[in-house]
Amino acid sequence: MANNDTLLNLSEVNKQFDGLLAIADVSFHLDSGEIVSLIGPNGAGKTTILNLISGVYPPTSGEILLNGEGISGLKPYQIAKKRVARTFQSVQIFQDMTVMENVLLGLHYRLRSGFVKGMIHWPAERKEEKGAIDQAGGTLEKLGIDHLAYRKADSISLKEQRCLEIARSVVSSPCLLLLDEPAAGLNIRETEEMADIIQGLRQQGLTILLVEHDMNLVMSVAHRLIVLHHGLKIAEGSPEEIQRNPEVIKAYLGGTQSAKR
Amino acid sequence: MALLPLVVKGGYYLLVLNIIAINGLVVLGLNLLIGFAGQISLGHAAFFGMGAYFSAIFTAMYNTPPWLTLLAVMVFTAAVAYLLGIPTLRLAGHYLVMATLGFNIILYILMVQMEYWTGGPSGFSGIPPLHLGSFPIQGDLHYYWLLWSFFLAVFFVSLNLVDSRVGRALRAIHENELVANALGVNTERYKVIIFAISAAYASLAGSLYAHYLSFISPKTFDIFYSVQIVTMVVVGGIGNLWGGLLGAAVLTALPEVLHAMRDYAALLYGVILMGALVFFPEGLLPGLVKLWSERRSKKVLLSE
Repeated sequence: MANNDTLLNLSEVNKQFDGLLAIADVSFHLDSGEIVSLIGPNGAGKTTILNLISGVYPPTSGEILLNGEGISGLKPYQIAKKRVARTFQSVQIFQDMTVMENVLLGLHYRLRSGFVKGMIHWPAERKEEKGAIDQAGGTLEKLGIDHLAYRKADSISLKEQRCLEIARSVVSSPCLLLLDEPAAGLNIRETEEMADIIQGLRQQGLTILLVEHDMNLVMSVAHRLIVLHHGLKIAEGSPEEIQRNPEVIKAYLGGTQSAKR
Repeated sequence: MALLPLVVKGGYYLLVLNIIAINGLVVLGLNLLIGFAGQISLGHAAFFGMGAYFSAIFTAMYNTPPWLTLLAVMVFTAAVAYLLGIPTLRLAGHYLVMATLGFNIILYILMVQMEYWTGGPSGFSGIPPLHLGSFPIQGDLHYYWLLWSFFLAVFFVSLNLVDSRVGRALRAIHENELVANALGVNTERYKVIIFAISAAYASLAGSLYAHYLSFISPKTFDIFYSVQIVTMVVVGGIGNLWGGLLGAAVLTALPEVLHAMRDYAALLYGVILMGALVFFPEGLLPGLVKLWSERRSKKVLLSE
């Protein structure tokens, strides 16, 4: 399956938390420019997979390759530096900072100035800072929240906070974007707007791994779907294939426990 | 502030102002650590003491040049803090508190026991004064200019740091370390470096203190001074550098003012401290600013 365009490759990844096997032998890959959606009922292990890729914890066994290079065992900041960005299921923005400062933090690892240059406001440091503010402003504009740039982040709506989190993760032009339920808590109209935003990212050629419960959103943006159930991958395919898959329907609607693994 | 010495007559008041500058330096460093990296140190008296004792021992016993010694001791103290920080700051939770507390106690014991070097409990006297070129810096007024120049320079540099890429990352660590890490901030490294910097500030203050008073004794550098410095940060406003200055000024001057109350001094000090923390839990300066802006908006509402 994996070819030259393969950006991310998980092979036989397991994750065990004490007695609980959260992820069991999951393998899949993402090609560059692809949007793949991870779906499954609550507790299926979707967020666990995002946490494994972004280095929150290492896999118990198995391998995670980014551009053919093993990244399991690296710390989150090291994986971020390999241009893997993510958002969080419950919005994780810095409430005490402005919207602009939040986005600038997304650029942190692309900027150079350290302690000494920061202390004396070295001209090169000021110049870098100015360039970063321009770049962050451009990203905010694309996401339609540039008018909020100097508001405190806790004073904007949930939809705006979700946009801010996406702005913070895409401002550094990552090679892989992990989105964890970007539409959670949004109403129907806001969810449609979120779909447009993700479509926009898709047109920019971003590779996205999307965890989402809203099926309309998933079916409209994803090239490919992967279905997880109790930590196992039970199906993979195009949106049409998945909608017809009896295994998937059973996982979502219940029924007698399947004997098939 | 430059005009203050013209108004303030008498060495005693200048002494208090000078001590405010010294405490202000230590508070500044600790505020960077507590307010921007979210870590508490209960051992800043030890770093303050390292600056004072090393400067004293080297310049008085071995005639090393005072300024060079001050600088070398700063670097050495920062290095010690760095090594102390590596194992403790890697762990989540407040292990730094325990480590610095222990470090402070050990250093205090060394100051008392190593009599040949430190003079033991009776202290170390005869520390030479500082010179600017061939011009000796002597007396409270000279030191007023020197100490406050140092304080303002370090204050300025710290304000710059807070308003930079590094400062932003530090605030992010304080607010949510996991997310900061996920954004590419090497959180462990930043915490250790800011701890080393804050120890260097304390060491600088200690060296200046030793040269200023020409006499030091272990009592100044015990655990109570560490607690006092933390209190100044908390009362002034955690994460607010101007607030830290206010905290240092108020809590340094307060005991002097309360001297007149004799037996009730300690009681009043406690009551005032408690009042400040109850009514301004986020710190004196942020609290007062909030109060003032609320009053102003009320006035605007009433006048309309």
